[in-house]
Amino acid sequence: MPKLLEVNGLKTWFFTRNGVVKAVDGVSISLSEGEALGLVGESGCGKSVSAMSIMRLIPQPPGRIVHGQVLLEGKDLLSLSEDQMREVRGNKIGVVFQDPLTFLNPVLTIGRQISEAIELHMGMSGQQARVRVVELLDKVGLPSPGQRFGSYPHQLSGGMRQRAMIAMAISCNPRLLIADEPTTALDVTIQAQIVNLVKDIRRELGMAVIWITHDLGVVAGLCERVAVMYAGRIVEEAPARDLYKNPHHPYTIGLLRSTPRIDKGRTAELVPINGMPPNLLDPGPECQFLARCTFVGDRCRQEAPDLRVIGEGHRVACWVNVRESQT
Amino acid sequence: MSDVPLLEVKGLKVHFPVTQGLLQRSTGSIKAVDGLDLFISQGETVGLVGESGCGKTTAARAIIRLERLTAGQVIFDGEDLGRLKGERLRRIRRKIQMVFQDPYASLDPRMKVGAIVEEPLRVHGLGTAPERKRRVEELFEVVGLNSYFAGRYPHELSGGQRQRVGIARALAPNPSLVLCDEPTSALDVSIRAQIINLLEELQERFRLTYLFIAHDLAVVRHISDRIAVMYLGKIVELARGDLLYECSRHPYTRALLSAVPVPDPEVEARRERVVLSGDVPTPDNPPPGCHFHTRCATVMEICREEEPHLVEVAPHHWVACHRN
Repeated sequence: MPKLLEVNGLKTWFFTRNGVVKAVDGVSISLSEGEALGLVGESGCGKSVSAMSIMRLIPQPPGRIVHGQVLLEGKDLLSLSEDQMREVRGNKIGVVFQDPLTFLNPVLTIGRQISEAIELHMGMSGQQARVRVVELLDKVGLPSPGQRFGSYPHQLSGGMRQRAMIAMAISCNPRLLIADEPTTALDVTIQAQIVNLVKDIRRELGMAVIWITHDLGVVAGLCERVAVMYAGRIVEEAPARDLYKNPHHPYTIGLLRSTPRIDKGRTAELVPINGMPPNLLDPGPECQFLARCTFVGDRCRQEAPDLRVIGEGHRVACWVNVRESQT
Repeated sequence: MSDVPLLEVKGLKVHFPVTQGLLQRSTGSIKAVDGLDLFISQGETVGLVGESGCGKTTAARAIIRLERLTAGQVIFDGEDLGRLKGERLRRIRRKIQMVFQDPYASLDPRMKVGAIVEEPLRVHGLGTAPERKRRVEELFEVVGLNSYFAGRYPHELSGGQRQRVGIARALAPNPSLVLCDEPTSALDVSIRAQIINLLEELQERFRLTYLFIAHDLAVVRHISDRIAVMYLGKIVELARGDLLYECSRHPYTRALLSAVPVPDPEVEARRERVVLSGDVPTPDNPPPGCHFHTRCATVMEICREEEPHLVEVAPHHWVACHRN
């Protein structure tokens, strides 16, 4: 499959009064047409900043993309003008955020907001756009879509708002959907609805998805590939089945062991990861997971490891061969 | 675990009046908790799960009398809390403490962390100043915080550390029952496991009884002996954790359980998913009959008219559904 998106060595730093915060520090990901990638990590690990950098939505200053390439269908988005970039957003890349209420305009109706994008990107008339919006609202499963066209965001429930956001994101048939924690604020039964909806739409439109989450569970059933981020870097990336079955990075192993599972009972042991995520302000050259790691070697203290291939599509950034040192 | 319940809740109702206009005419009520029955034995952990707005937090607040009971009884250690007032209520309240969800909002930003943990001791007049100081140090050690944190303010602490402070404060007056209201929901995955393990350790060490409220079923399953599932102000199913997971009898429980993702693609691929349609109805005007009938796939005629009661369908397995 041809590559749809290729991110190479992306570095997004924030220049603050106290120093440089290296929020994203050398992230490379690639995505084929129609593929779904899960980007997993805890708060502050740089997953949202990575997504925002792809969209070029980093507030500048204080943020700046200091290094890297973002190739969408071979074109480097980082070299586009602001006008050209506006063509890409919404049109080629759709985005869904965690909190639709802050993203949607509270004084415009849902219908108006979605048709705005359609008129702009697809050159439709107001009348045509309206028909398309009602179609979209129906597709994302909003009950009585004709009426919902005139609803304001506050009149919808959290799940319905997220459906409206998805309708907006897919309104121009994007090739890539970036979903940034879209279900984190929702209840589990509503989360299941939204996940199913995205699965269906993805199959229908053949679009690629980057699903950003802190929950290893959600992406397990949704994504073919999963990348785990820690402290601004990808520490492990693999086909989903491989990652959950044979995790190699101590952090991935830690995450899996510290996540309670509904299919495991009262006796299952939780092994937490000690300590806390590091401060990303002026980080040193060492591996950023060092302080919480149980497999530390000498080299870890001197130099942060790069990703190396350890299997079919499986890459890990760790000096230690955790599998061998366990046996 | 003894058979005498430490806490017994009978027919608990908490309704909030909805008023309108200049004269504050009452135009209805929000039935946040609408007939809740529950008992918790000494040393047990009962999990209370349900989606936002189902009344789980209000139930906990009513147990500790932070909300006025509209009807029902809360019997703790043989005493009916609903009838107690003043000094006697305060004395018994010492035995019931609460850990809150949001470690950012539940700690006074202008107080040092040490003073926060000491406050319940002062309020209840426990010990002299030096004794209290020693007790605070001991509590810090118990929850795994270095005692130098005592001089810090909450904003200087991370989310996990703040939650440890919240737990230390709850333990200060030596409670027997701790109501944990979503204690891990605001925390990151790796920190969440630390707090869950800490709560389990403390339970064993101090023979605590927990009511553990959360919307995350996987966490509840891990920590609870028995689990109560709430929907729109009522318990719809109550059973031992493994029983509930393996043979749930209420369609809402089944949907809820199947909606929880499992971090394992192979398991996910095999799982059957019951996806509920629609949203939870609002509690100010719950549907007549069984509250769940608007979203139920196996709804019958009777469900629309008559409310099902919680019935023991198998030993220690309670279900409120007309199908059973």
